[in-house]
Amino acid sequence: MAPWCDLRVVWFWLVGALLTGYAILDGFDLGVGALHLFSRDDQDRRLQLNAIGPVWDGNEVWLVTSGGALFAAFPPVYATVFSGFYLPFMLLLAALIFRAVAIEFRSKLPMRWWRQTWDVSFCAGSVLCSLLVGVTLGNLARGVPLSPDGEFAGTVLDLLNPYALLVGVLTTTLFMMHGAIYLVLKTEGALHDRVRGWVQRTIIAFILCYAVTTLATLLYVPAMATPFTAHPGLFVIPVLLLLAIANIPREIAHGRDLRAFLSSCAAIAALLLLFGVGLFPTLVPSRPNPELGLTVYNACSSPTTLRIMLGIALLGLPLVLAYTISIYWIFRGKVRLDRHSY
Amino acid sequence: MDALTLARLQFAVTIAFHYLFPPLSIGLGVFLVLAEGMFLKTGRPLYRQLAQFWAKIFALTFAMGVATGLVMEFEFGTNWATYSRYVGDVFGSALAAEGIFAFFLESGFLAILLFGWDRVRPGWHFFATVMVALGALFSAVWIVVANSWMQTPAGFHVVGQGLAARAEITDFWAMVFNPSSMVRLAHVVTGCWSAGAFLVLSVSAFYLLQRRHLEFAKASIRLALPLALAASILQAASGHQSAVVVGRHQPAKLAAFEGHYPASAPAPLHLVGWVDESRERTVGLALPGGTSWLLTGDVRHPVPGLQAFPPADRPPVNVSFQLFHGMVAVGVGLLLLAALGVWSWWRGTLWDRRWLLRLFVLSVLGPQAANQFGWFAAEIGRQPWIVYGLLRTSEGLSKVVTANMIWASLIMFTAIYALLFALFLFLLDQKIRRGPEDAAPTGVYRHGAVV
Repeated sequence: MAPWCDLRVVWFWLVGALLTGYAILDGFDLGVGALHLFSRDDQDRRLQLNAIGPVWDGNEVWLVTSGGALFAAFPPVYATVFSGFYLPFMLLLAALIFRAVAIEFRSKLPMRWWRQTWDVSFCAGSVLCSLLVGVTLGNLARGVPLSPDGEFAGTVLDLLNPYALLVGVLTTTLFMMHGAIYLVLKTEGALHDRVRGWVQRTIIAFILCYAVTTLATLLYVPAMATPFTAHPGLFVIPVLLLLAIANIPREIAHGRDLRAFLSSCAAIAALLLLFGVGLFPTLVPSRPNPELGLTVYNACSSPTTLRIMLGIALLGLPLVLAYTISIYWIFRGKVRLDRHSY
Repeated sequence: MDALTLARLQFAVTIAFHYLFPPLSIGLGVFLVLAEGMFLKTGRPLYRQLAQFWAKIFALTFAMGVATGLVMEFEFGTNWATYSRYVGDVFGSALAAEGIFAFFLESGFLAILLFGWDRVRPGWHFFATVMVALGALFSAVWIVVANSWMQTPAGFHVVGQGLAARAEITDFWAMVFNPSSMVRLAHVVTGCWSAGAFLVLSVSAFYLLQRRHLEFAKASIRLALPLALAASILQAASGHQSAVVVGRHQPAKLAAFEGHYPASAPAPLHLVGWVDESRERTVGLALPGGTSWLLTGDVRHPVPGLQAFPPADRPPVNVSFQLFHGMVAVGVGLLLLAALGVWSWWRGTLWDRRWLLRLFVLSVLGPQAANQFGWFAAEIGRQPWIVYGLLRTSEGLSKVVTANMIWASLIMFTAIYALLFALFLFLLDQKIRRGPEDAAPTGVYRHGAVV
């Protein structure tokens, strides 16, 4: 069977696509959260919050659905990763809850201490989420200790290694850059001018982190680079990534905010594609015994389930895309506060 | 405590807390469709006020449901990894379908429902409201399908042996329409309608007692009372059907619900009772042969009791018995209350019967209690199995998660949920006190002063 019609391979990329959807969409609202405290004024903070107001919980659904798809298509991976990363994932849940609740509750009372408390939890929750998502990806790239029956065989300290933390910081800066560009798109006036300055600084931070992470990957996780040496054509992905990043300041300078945002989306997609190509066909590499790793071939569901799931995805995803696009269309333009706002 | 007890305790805490909110969303969703439909039909601003006020309450319950629901999606993998490996091929697709078909619909259109009043035309807004209500309903469909598969597994075969054994799907539709899924779905969804309808009744009765927002409260009651009565009647009907299915497919569970021990004898129907598990007998007020009659129409028909099953395969009996009977008692009480309300409304005395309005204020607790009792009875009655007859709960645990780790997360969740619950009640109370005429607070602070 040719690899592109092998359902196991298809599902690797479909789960990847769902995660990419999550990173692009929730990425900007996590970034907006991480930047939240840089504005001091209540009016500005409300504008920032309402820029993501109508869409943030829809964005979070991409994470829920990615989790469900992983559970269905690769149950052993879901089981091993979620039980193995127990404490970081519990922390991630706490961060997600606090973040969601902060958005919902912040504007309900006018007292300063009330809003300040929720502003801090919104920001801290967003930073912690970005960091933990990155740490998880970093560990998956680096490989984790696995036992012969496919269980996680390390401790929580193994997960907090420098490489994974570096990927965590990279993810946080990426989302902050993405969020800043989204805010440029949604704001006007003085706030708009201030946010443009954030874009410059976050891009520089991201590029620095990206350079360091690339170097660290080549030195410490050479396996991620082997597909690229084997198929030099794949180098087109990092080139596209750099072009997309380089395009952002250019578009911002010309005042084409939407194009800048789309560039940033493309950069995130390229980055995750790079990650997927480096990992494929493994989902959870094993370190130090590579032969114990969980791959699309030894950790997948039955062909029947993969076929049913493909049917569900083919039926569901066009609908999801259709109403995601309509919602973004209906709420297009600069954000304004009205009586329905947060 | 050992890891198994702690993991079960954590699941119980997180699911019980989560389940306070989705029933309110599902029930209020139906109510919002009714209210906004009336607005479109009559054009009276009163109905738009209804839709907008209750949409705010809906948004609060929905946000709580999302925040706590995310935990559930993770918890199968974090705490029940062995179970996840075993059932992923079957159970996972229902969960993924829930994400794709239900959550996106609900959360996407909720944006229009809440923030879109001035952005789309009324017809489109109504469409969005219907989609939100449907999304809430679909999520119930898929999660009840998944849980029902754990109660009455169908459409699968087991491959591998020992530690490597797992269930693989053979027939998707047989899995979806497993013997208990549709009747349980009807029972769960009508329970949700009841939760939403009695919340509306409670708040509206409170306004009437306070002599505030009279027109608003009466209009809310006129829409919610028929919904409450319909839900209560359907609850009884689907509950009976559900018990018949339990009797057929999970006889040990039904025997526990009734505290019925003899291996083969006509089973009585207890009104109240207490099970002495060490002596294997049940004392209480019972109709002889009542359960046999409900199941088969014949009071002398033998029903297999708990002694027909080895002790290792029996659920905890007295707990199941009390939860089940608690659910039935509350359900009957709500049915009587809804019927009394409709009767008084028809006689024209509802608005002046203050004792009845006081009962309605309290009634919001009824569906919540019945929903919780019912789910606990369903899940405890399934024990010692996590997947009935296939996999024991003790075998489903994550192997690498220690008791100390679960202590940490259990304490964390308990603390966060206590805080969340206090905030939820506080904000709900605020919204209710402010009432429907108040717009969202738009006050802006600058350095301590509210402008």
